[in-house]
Amino acid sequence: MTAGSPTATRPGLAGWFSQRAGRILPPLVVLVVLLALWQILGQQGLIPRPLSTPSSILNAFSEHSEVLLRSGWATLLEALGGLFIGTTLGLVMAFAASRFIVARDILLPLAIGAAAIPLVALAPIFNNWFGIANPMSKMAMSAVLVFFPIFISATRGLVEVSPGALELMRSYAVGETEILRKVRIPNMLPFFFTALKVSTTLAFIGAIVAEYFGGTSEVIGRVVITAMFAGNFGLGWAGILLGAFAAIVAYLIVSAVERRAIPWYISLRDGEA
Amino acid sequence: MTTPDPTQPVVHLAGVGKAFPTKGGGETVALDGIDLDIAQGEFISLIGPSGCGKSTLLRLVGDLIEPTGGTVEINGKSAHQARVDRDYGIVFQAPVLFDWRSVEANVRLPLEISGVTGDERDQRIDEMLELVELGGFRDHYPHQLSGGMQQRVAIARALALQPALLLMDEPFGALDEMTRERLNAEVLRIWRATGKTVIFVTHSIPEAVFLSTRVVVMSPRPGRISHIVDVDLPQPRTEDSRESDRYYELVTEVREALRGRVKVAAAAVPSAERARAEGSFG
Amino acid sequence: MSDEREQGPPTGPADDGAAGERRRVPMPYRALGPNTSAWSSTSSREAELRRDPLADPEAGEIALDVGDVADDVAVHTRRGAEGVVGRWQTPLGRFARTALALALFFLIAGFIWETLKWFGGTPWRFENVLGTGVDYFHDPPFRVLQFSDRQLPHIWDILYELLEPFRRGSEETLLEFLLASALFTLRQAIIGFFVGAVIGIAIASIFVHSQRSERAFMPYVVASQTIPIVALAPVIALAVGLGPLAVIIVATYLTFFPVTISQLRGLRSPDPRAMELMRSYGASRWDIYRKLRFPASVPFLFTALKVAATWAIIGAIIGEGPGGVGEGLGKAIISFSQQYITGPEKLWATILIASLVGIAAYLAVRLAEVLVLRNRPGASS
Repeated sequence: MTAGSPTATRPGLAGWFSQRAGRILPPLVVLVVLLALWQILGQQGLIPRPLSTPSSILNAFSEHSEVLLRSGWATLLEALGGLFIGTTLGLVMAFAASRFIVARDILLPLAIGAAAIPLVALAPIFNNWFGIANPMSKMAMSAVLVFFPIFISATRGLVEVSPGALELMRSYAVGETEILRKVRIPNMLPFFFTALKVSTTLAFIGAIVAEYFGGTSEVIGRVVITAMFAGNFGLGWAGILLGAFAAIVAYLIVSAVERRAIPWYISLRDGEA
Repeated sequence: MTTPDPTQPVVHLAGVGKAFPTKGGGETVALDGIDLDIAQGEFISLIGPSGCGKSTLLRLVGDLIEPTGGTVEINGKSAHQARVDRDYGIVFQAPVLFDWRSVEANVRLPLEISGVTGDERDQRIDEMLELVELGGFRDHYPHQLSGGMQQRVAIARALALQPALLLMDEPFGALDEMTRERLNAEVLRIWRATGKTVIFVTHSIPEAVFLSTRVVVMSPRPGRISHIVDVDLPQPRTEDSRESDRYYELVTEVREALRGRVKVAAAAVPSAERARAEGSFG
Repeated sequence: MSDEREQGPPTGPADDGAAGERRRVPMPYRALGPNTSAWSSTSSREAELRRDPLADPEAGEIALDVGDVADDVAVHTRRGAEGVVGRWQTPLGRFARTALALALFFLIAGFIWETLKWFGGTPWRFENVLGTGVDYFHDPPFRVLQFSDRQLPHIWDILYELLEPFRRGSEETLLEFLLASALFTLRQAIIGFFVGAVIGIAIASIFVHSQRSERAFMPYVVASQTIPIVALAPVIALAVGLGPLAVIIVATYLTFFPVTISQLRGLRSPDPRAMELMRSYGASRWDIYRKLRFPASVPFLFTALKVAATWAIIGAIIGEGPGGVGEGLGKAIISFSQQYITGPEKLWATILIASLVGIAAYLAVRLAEVLVLRNRPGASS
């Protein structure tokens, strides 16, 4: 907020409200307008049927609430499982890569290559390996997607320490373990959390896309696909919104954890005094 | 940490040389034949043009690099042993504070590493912060401080283990003149209060003369000591010292030495006139 | 942001605060902007964070550009400092380095693949290896289902399959078919990529000039990417009719977000002092945009384009997939996954071709980047 803005000078409650309003109102207005437009155009049949309307979607939520909740829960577990596995593996490999040159020389090109290829094409493979109805097949897809950003970011954080800091630690005559604990790991945390936020989204993508290629009937991916193919677009979009909601909540949780874990970085990044 | 023997030089350099291998198989000689003894309680400045090896020399004393010739002894020990025993504290050109630690935690770092705990540790941190006059900023993070304040934290950290020797590598180089002069006064105050031996690398002639008991002038290619100026300005030095005639003379002597013309300053020419002729310092 | 900020250095001892006093300290260095002043390692670290997408991408970006991580890591490790000098520093050298890393990827992956099969696959049985008249038999010590020949065919079997006709009653080899499918997918992906890039640049340009639009629409831009957007691909395909248009829309969608975010950051990246210089010339906003903001944004743009290229391909494949749209790689994956029981090699061959397409797309953008930015310092990351 700049010194010149009128809301900065208005005192008390009114000032607080106008400040908040300035931030929340524009997106809110846009949202309401878009929803209204969607509803009206949809009802008049002016937009393609598969795009549904807010009212149909709300209907679907109430009519199929149990199915949606069970599917949402199942997909959530798959995504979280994959996130956990991928993150753990990514961190372990990052520590190995930061410590052993051989590991680094093997894993880095692998990670760089893997970042350029459509990993989701592996979904049918995982379905075959673990069995289509096995949630493990979806977790594996998520884990693979999650692994690479975590590995890359954590490795960078562990390795890319400022030379000045390393010289300082040398002046203290400490060993590599101390340097790891006191310098490399704290240095890695911002990189790690950044990648974790990205990976949270990727975990959901992995789970849902793998479900598109096959899975039990009570997962978000299959609910959406079957509903859409059956022409029940309200239910399809309800499924999508549920998946999106779960992903956003997970993302916000990770952001909150980040805020607690590395407050110094949040303050630095957001330019707080 | 061992108690220094007052009769023995704190730092003893004999025939020290350092050569770096270059691409294509050759070598650049950064330092050649450095002989220097530094006694307890001295404040030594190393000054010289770029490439004269002053920072290299500082790092040799700190055992952050190894000499290719000659011996480096700190308190009668090898430089390596001195580093292992943590006999010195070092302040770099950049503060090199850890972003993720508060001011207090940054000063605490060497104490953690040395295994100092509990009340003694807390007391030491308080002392250090008081010494650099940053007591009110213990819980601030580095990015919330100005450059000068960050360097003061770095100084507090360097002193935390109460080493006998303090190495400083152009610590105020990135700061403006006024802040630098103020921090010069602070460093002198700390030096007088703690009685440490200081080796101070700088680019600034006024700074070198104001701070030091001796100014070591170096010349490049290969790095050698070309002249040593005894700074006989009276202690304690204040801002007024910067305006005394003797100060101008010494600054001139250092400048002339840097130009390769060794000239012992005489009181013959009125120094105000000379100052006008010289123009601004630095 | 504080109103107490001043320009210039601290004005005296009082500003630095006497012991025991907690005061909000004016931060002179920050007033000049994030990427000015080397007063402290922290402020330059800050500048670095603001410039380096990998260190701090905006909320919701779904991928990280990893291509130049190898260079960064190399510079920071003992052995590596020399590894990033000399020939690797020329533009084509940098490109070659990326290409090499990708080639290495296949070699290492292949090696690990066969090693896994060596330890836990189906017994290896070769008669007359490569016509040398030698037989070779190896019985792996373990049996892991996933490494069997059914699930993880030998690499040579996959490559062999590529050269065989894959359909009864036709001479067309698998390779020819897959390349045709790849072309189909690529066409859609490329169109979507360019459209998305243009939209992204346009949106970013609007946002940088109008704070109000940014505040109104940015949350949606961000939210749109926190949603597993790729998951929407088949849905969009259904909505728009199962045709190439759907795939193009998906590719566009996946491209425009990273481009918007990176481009916005890029357009905002110029040193405030450079902005002051332009204003001292009496330059108009359009001049500033054309001569300062846009050129400064190009490195950021390319970072996003590399990410977007990969995701456009992924989006295209998934968009085609479940709906069986057109004749692209997505459809091929679906068909061959159904035939998995009879011939797993075909599915793996498809995945291989899809990977090559992804890599080709990435390399194409990387080459463009290296050439466009050839005169900039330290351009690669």
